[in-house]
Amino acid sequence: MSNEIQGKQQTAMNQEKNIGWSREQMAQRCAKDIEDGCYVNLGIGIPEKVAQYVPKGREVIYHTENGLLGMGNAPSDDELDPDLINAGKKPVTAIPGASYFHHGDSFAMIRGNHIDVCVLGAMQVSECGDLANWSTGAPDAIPAVGGAMDLVAGVKTIYIITQHTTKTGAAKILPQCTFPLTGKGVVSRIYSDLCVIDVTKKGLVLTELAPDISFDYVQARTDVTLINAVK
Amino acid sequence: MINKIVESCATAIADIKDGDTVMIGGFGEAGSPIELIHALIDHGASNLTVINNNTGSGRVGLAALIENGQVAKMICSYPRTANSLVFPELYRSGKIELELVPQGTLAERIRAGGAGIPAFYTKTSVGTPLADNKELRSFEGDDYVMERGLKADFALIKSKQADRYGNLIFNKTARNFAPIMAMAATKTLVQCNEIVELGDIDPEHVVTPGIFINRIIEVKKPQQESKLVKEGVVYP
Repeated sequence: MSNEIQGKQQTAMNQEKNIGWSREQMAQRCAKDIEDGCYVNLGIGIPEKVAQYVPKGREVIYHTENGLLGMGNAPSDDELDPDLINAGKKPVTAIPGASYFHHGDSFAMIRGNHIDVCVLGAMQVSECGDLANWSTGAPDAIPAVGGAMDLVAGVKTIYIITQHTTKTGAAKILPQCTFPLTGKGVVSRIYSDLCVIDVTKKGLVLTELAPDISFDYVQARTDVTLINAVK
Repeated sequence: MINKIVESCATAIADIKDGDTVMIGGFGEAGSPIELIHALIDHGASNLTVINNNTGSGRVGLAALIENGQVAKMICSYPRTANSLVFPELYRSGKIELELVPQGTLAERIRAGGAGIPAFYTKTSVGTPLADNKELRSFEGDDYVMERGLKADFALIKSKQADRYGNLIFNKTARNFAPIMAMAATKTLVQCNEIVELGDIDPEHVVTPGIFINRIIEVKKPQQESKLVKEGVVYP
């Protein structure tokens, strides 16, 4: 059995044993890298959780592409307004100092490089930072892209939060994406359940490991040769 | 005298004809002009091209318009959501055409259409299947794809308030595509929650100036799409 196949089978088993970072811990780790004063767009799913963990003392403004800067927490029953939702169509609130605008302006903020950070999920990420997160390319699938392509093309820094492998243990970090791309060379950093990886011109640099995870363990679950920057 | 107020939704949409292109405001249910859409279902115009971010939910509003066989083609960014029952089935059986457009490109195409700009270049979708067969051009070392402006025969939108000139303000994130669709359509029809007197909307606060608006209908208590979907309502 090759190391790769062995690694994939172990991942599937180990995910059940809850080793590495949880979804909350991945979000928390990502949140540490969001600086004071940033304008941030969070994708649907685990990325949404990042807002809960931004360290105290930092003021971060959340953008939702359907026309709100200054998105607040989920509403109480009294505050709920079907006209006040996020890009995932869930009810939200607006903080004091928030602003509303139309879709043209909202995507000018994105395309015009005014948003500092966007955190998204991924199906696949390639060695050179290509991202696939909108379609598996299956012939019977209903294609749906939303704002993902605009976000990766326009936001200054793209962070990815993802499980390191698929549910069946297949690698998601690959030499080349096999699914249709969302954008080419757009990803800056990957936060997985096992580690943090920076996308650089030299290649993928592993900068941090989750507790009790070794470099070799991560490498066995990654189809790209990683550069180890953990001392 | 300028008075764009009309008596009913049916009057407002009466001259939409078979084969027209219709922009419909809304992001999910927020901003969806459901009474105008239902009037269009009653009216029956068919073979429409509809531009909306989504394809509706349940079997009311936009989803009902599609289910009623009136839509030949959808131009949208996200044709499936949790409660989209109608579109996926028609799409899989080849009964409706889909032009999938990234959301920001969709918005900019609409804005460009309304601003008299026939085409523009954007980085969005470069290197992806959505840039296939489109002109690529390099500016300052980066690749961009050419996208065309979008216009429509009609736009159906919803606002919070309107005066008889058609000056509009919106409610929160229900604004979404309405202001740019109002600019891109030959005729823009607005259902508003409240008609107010001229001057009641501070000119500094007007979001959509009345020049972009053709007809206004007051719908004081519009139906709420998610509530209808929850109750299993089917229109008509």
